[in-house]
Amino acid sequence: MFQVRIHGRGGQGVVTAAEMLSIAAFEEGRHAQAFPSFGSERTGAPVVAFCRIADKEIRLREPIMEPDALIIQDPTLLYQVDVFSGLKKNGYILINTSRSFDELGLGDYVRDWPQDRLCTVPATDLSRKHVGRPMPNVPLLAGFAAASGVIRLESVIQAINAKFSDKVASNNVAAASEAYQFVVDEVAHARHGETAHA
Amino acid sequence: MLKQTEGSHAVAEAVALCRPEVICAYPISPQTHIVEGLGEMVKAGEVADCEFINVESEFAAMSVAIGSSATGARTYTATASQGLLFMVEAVYNAAGLGLPIVMTVANRAIGAPINIWNDHSDSLSQRDCGWIQLFAETNQEALDLHIQAFKLAEEVSLPVMVCMDGFILTHAYERVDVPTQEQVDAFLPPYEPRQMLDPKEPVSIGAMVGPEAFSEVRYLAHAKQMQALERIPQLAEQFKAVFGRDSGGLTHSYLVDDADIVVVAMGSVLGTIKDTVDEMRQEGQRIGVLGITSYRPFPLDSVRAALQNAQRVVVLEKSLAVGIGGILSTDVRMAMSGLQLHGHTVVAGLGGRAITRKSLRGLFSKAINGELGHLTFLDLDWNVVNKQLERERTTRRSGPAAESMLRDIGVVAARIG
Repeated sequence: MFQVRIHGRGGQGVVTAAEMLSIAAFEEGRHAQAFPSFGSERTGAPVVAFCRIADKEIRLREPIMEPDALIIQDPTLLYQVDVFSGLKKNGYILINTSRSFDELGLGDYVRDWPQDRLCTVPATDLSRKHVGRPMPNVPLLAGFAAASGVIRLESVIQAINAKFSDKVASNNVAAASEAYQFVVDEVAHARHGETAHA
Repeated sequence: MLKQTEGSHAVAEAVALCRPEVICAYPISPQTHIVEGLGEMVKAGEVADCEFINVESEFAAMSVAIGSSATGARTYTATASQGLLFMVEAVYNAAGLGLPIVMTVANRAIGAPINIWNDHSDSLSQRDCGWIQLFAETNQEALDLHIQAFKLAEEVSLPVMVCMDGFILTHAYERVDVPTQEQVDAFLPPYEPRQMLDPKEPVSIGAMVGPEAFSEVRYLAHAKQMQALERIPQLAEQFKAVFGRDSGGLTHSYLVDDADIVVVAMGSVLGTIKDTVDEMRQEGQRIGVLGITSYRPFPLDSVRAALQNAQRVVVLEKSLAVGIGGILSTDVRMAMSGLQLHGHTVVAGLGGRAITRKSLRGLFSKAINGELGHLTFLDLDWNVVNKQLERERTTRRSGPAAESMLRDIGVVAARIG
């Protein structure tokens, strides 16, 4: 079972992101379970959503306390919420930012982490560019697909088309595609860098 | 057709497939998405000959449901928590009048203090109102139980609550198999009321009954629930024949045959319990699970049969009978009467407190080692409780305690579990 925890703020589509991730996994014939943290969500307040992906029926209903991957939709949460709580060693971290892990003050935390599991993508910028709104959730899902390989970009696009229609859907597909390529390049660069250092 | 969708939406689709004629509801979390979904379907003309009635309160919702069901219309509503409490007088009347209304209860705690999260306090408060109460373990079962509920309600002439865990199921996206209209039509015939209100031939229903017949009327209410006890497993069989799935019935047993210890529970927590039990089975513990699907009527024989070979029973319930302990466990203990078993009541998951595998493992291990008391509150923060008790010892005042306890805990908005 692969478990993803998504941190963001009310209004950023955190819950929708988890639901779309589950749809993408379903499209690939897998079992998936997405659910929100059930808080009294308000715009701007910290929000958590969860998604489990597995090859058999998922019966577990507890919150995800030991995720395999973290998607952080708002880097300001790093200083407010213990987002890394329970993250499995060498788990995937994907942050919506144009800064580096070092610049975010995370250098020490991820010192021993494999570089290709530490990803950033300027998802808000990409969403503004393609969709005209600061909704980082969809580009981050595509980034997650690129970083983890757990789901394919095509499945993310199917999920986008399941949730949105017309122009909103096609704009989100464009944002997702650019974010996917961004992270593919980033991961390739990280792997190349590791080889070069080795 | 397999779909990845929200539990609420799956239920809305199931209800629409049952060809309801009147849907009347007032929104309350966590039930809202169900009636929103149905409202959209009715407005889009996807539910033939169905009227969606916006009402001004839950009391009105149940009152309209009573009126429409009495005119012979297949009627559906949904509610939760304080909404259910607000309609209680009409809830009893619906049962007393024998009207086959189906209502989803998206289970949620009852205030004060106000709490929107899941537990079973709301529907269990209506234990004796005369309605049938069925509890869903998964979103698939929630969907399936609604289809069975209409058939059961109309056959035994009683209203049915389908209870599903608020948020944990209603707001979870998971895979469900949505049946076709042909399948549902093959299982669920049109509603044929015994009598109905018709302006052309006026009759009155809801007569006043004095001491000369009131006991007999009440006995009949009990007898109808006993009929339902026989019908529920038969309907689950019929359902399986049409839809190819095990859903509903009185109870679900999991690894109980050779179990020394059996955990009894209702609703979605059964999944987490089963995962925990699988882990403990691998370590050689003989532990099993009994899920109760039909809470009213309560399947005494079926529960007794499942427990009779065990040494120890742990009833884990998301409810609290203040002043005694468990609500579900009281019924389970009645089923155990005469059996020499150790019984434990565990109150867990109140007001949305997460029930984790880690806590369950610790709990079940304690039970196996004979270290568990008669009544346990799972994961209770004794520090907070003792601080408040100490305050109350030193300063004797009446009034609410929640605010000062929250001050002791500090900010919780940023918590994950």
